[in-house]
Amino acid sequence: MTWVNDHWGDIFTLARSHVWLAGLPLVLGLLIALPLGWLARRWSRLYPVLISASGLLYTIPSLAMFVLMPLVLGTKVLSPWNVVVAMTIYTIALLVRTVADGLGSVPEATLQAARAMGYKGFRRFFGVELPLAVPVIAAGLRVAAVSNVSIVSVASLIGVAQLGNLLTDGYDRYIPEEIVAGIIACVVLALVFDGIILGVQRLLTPWVRAQGARS
Amino acid sequence: MIRFDSVRKQFPDGTVAVHDLTLTAPTGKITVLVGPSGCGKTTSLRMVNRMIEPSGGTITLDGKDTSRMNEAELRRGMGYVIQHAGLFPHRTVLDNVGTVPRLLGWDKKETRERSRELLARVGLAPELGDRYPSQLSGGQQQRVGVARALAADPPVMLMDEPFSAVDPVVRDQLQDVFLDLQAELGKTIIFVTHDIDEAIKLGDQVAVLRVGGYLAQISDPAYLLAHPVDDFVADFVGRDRGYRSLQFQPTPRLPLAAEPTVVLGESTDGLAAPWVLVVDDSRRPLGWVEPAKVSGQVTESQLHRGGTVARASGSLRSALDAALSSPSRRGVIVDDSGELVGTVRAHEVLSLIEATDRPDEDRADAFAAEESP
Repeated sequence: MTWVNDHWGDIFTLARSHVWLAGLPLVLGLLIALPLGWLARRWSRLYPVLISASGLLYTIPSLAMFVLMPLVLGTKVLSPWNVVVAMTIYTIALLVRTVADGLGSVPEATLQAARAMGYKGFRRFFGVELPLAVPVIAAGLRVAAVSNVSIVSVASLIGVAQLGNLLTDGYDRYIPEEIVAGIIACVVLALVFDGIILGVQRLLTPWVRAQGARS
Repeated sequence: MIRFDSVRKQFPDGTVAVHDLTLTAPTGKITVLVGPSGCGKTTSLRMVNRMIEPSGGTITLDGKDTSRMNEAELRRGMGYVIQHAGLFPHRTVLDNVGTVPRLLGWDKKETRERSRELLARVGLAPELGDRYPSQLSGGQQQRVGVARALAADPPVMLMDEPFSAVDPVVRDQLQDVFLDLQAELGKTIIFVTHDIDEAIKLGDQVAVLRVGGYLAQISDPAYLLAHPVDDFVADFVGRDRGYRSLQFQPTPRLPLAAEPTVVLGESTDGLAAPWVLVVDDSRRPLGWVEPAKVSGQVTESQLHRGGTVARASGSLRSALDAALSSPSRRGVIVDDSGELVGTVRAHEVLSLIEATDRPDEDRADAFAAEESP
């Protein structure tokens, strides 16, 4: 515990940048995956294309992705934006399918009723389809959040500081306590993300609990 | 008035759901489209609000071609009720009912007031308004569906088997609520069902469709039962149609016999008849009792309640049914306030039936005649 007690400040600073590097891509990724998922739903021929393409993106090793970013984006090698963009791509890869399937989970009778009542375009999407897809999308978002928290730690290898530094530094200098602290901090952070998404989901879907209360 | 003029629907895969449909749904009346599955009744209904676009012919609403109207506006002017209600699971009952008013831009307060009023209209308790659809029974959901369709007071209602997914008792209640509402509101309604009994109960006019979207016959229900135009229609309207058609024949003056009665709680001692009718304080019939099997005061638990009760102003069917179902073989007849006016026997009703004519030939297409200029 002595190492941890001496380094609270460092851990806190690293955790804060970890939150940004994992959290911002989560939000950006969701915002981009929403229209893509909608497209995949809207034109059924696009669905397999978009799903396989996003699946392929996810298979690119994270280290390779991070290293490629400056070449693609023209950013500086040590820029944190390399990590943000790479993580956003991973998030999109995970969420396109989730969004498409979430929209697909809306009952046909409900969609039909919405159309018959004169719901069109955006209003139908935001008023009926998206709210009903929230449970499925939130489930996917929780997976993406945990995956982001874990993948971001690799960014230590390209010199972008976050909790992963505790692992690399602990390994280099052989401080087991520091490694354990890094692992625990990552797990705690993942749990916090998960808790926040769950909380927001519950706020957005009071009707799901009403359903549970009846049965 | 909604008019189908040589309407045709061919789907991209080549199936022709509706071949050539011409019919008129008159203003303020219920037009029922009935037929076996594959007869194109739902397709026809959906072409009215352009959920499905016709491949040929025109559908006009009060003389205006619907294909030239704005799709969303057209739909907002037509209440739509479907089989499983299709309520929005994520909105409370009140918000569901207020959907179309909100789309039309009513303010929140006005919408909520209107929604509350409609819940009461369809017979739902106000406290259900804050629940979610999943917390309601099927019958309640369907009532909400009807309330939602009525919310913006559209002149037209399209109903696609709205009562088929609920049990028969609830269905009967829903149909009665619906008829009461319609008596008050006088909407132009197109109602789709596969159930001929429902068609006959609800329709001002009934259109029987055969597979492929051909109109086999259209007329008022009484005429349909009495004069099916061909074997298909005869088969479809089914057995018992002679009996069922009595429903549309108002009862002439019945030869009523005075019925000795006993008030609930009084003694039957000294009464010789095998069956005695028990009434309440205001002479409303409660049931029959066998004096030989009871002694002392008549209690609720001793009553036979098997017999139906017919109104003197009701149909011949209900009068006959009252006689047939009564344990004493004497059918109980009441006035409109429910007070006993006498009893009648089956053979007496039958001789009345024999003395009445069947619906006349000239009632065919009565509505078409009314509507043509």
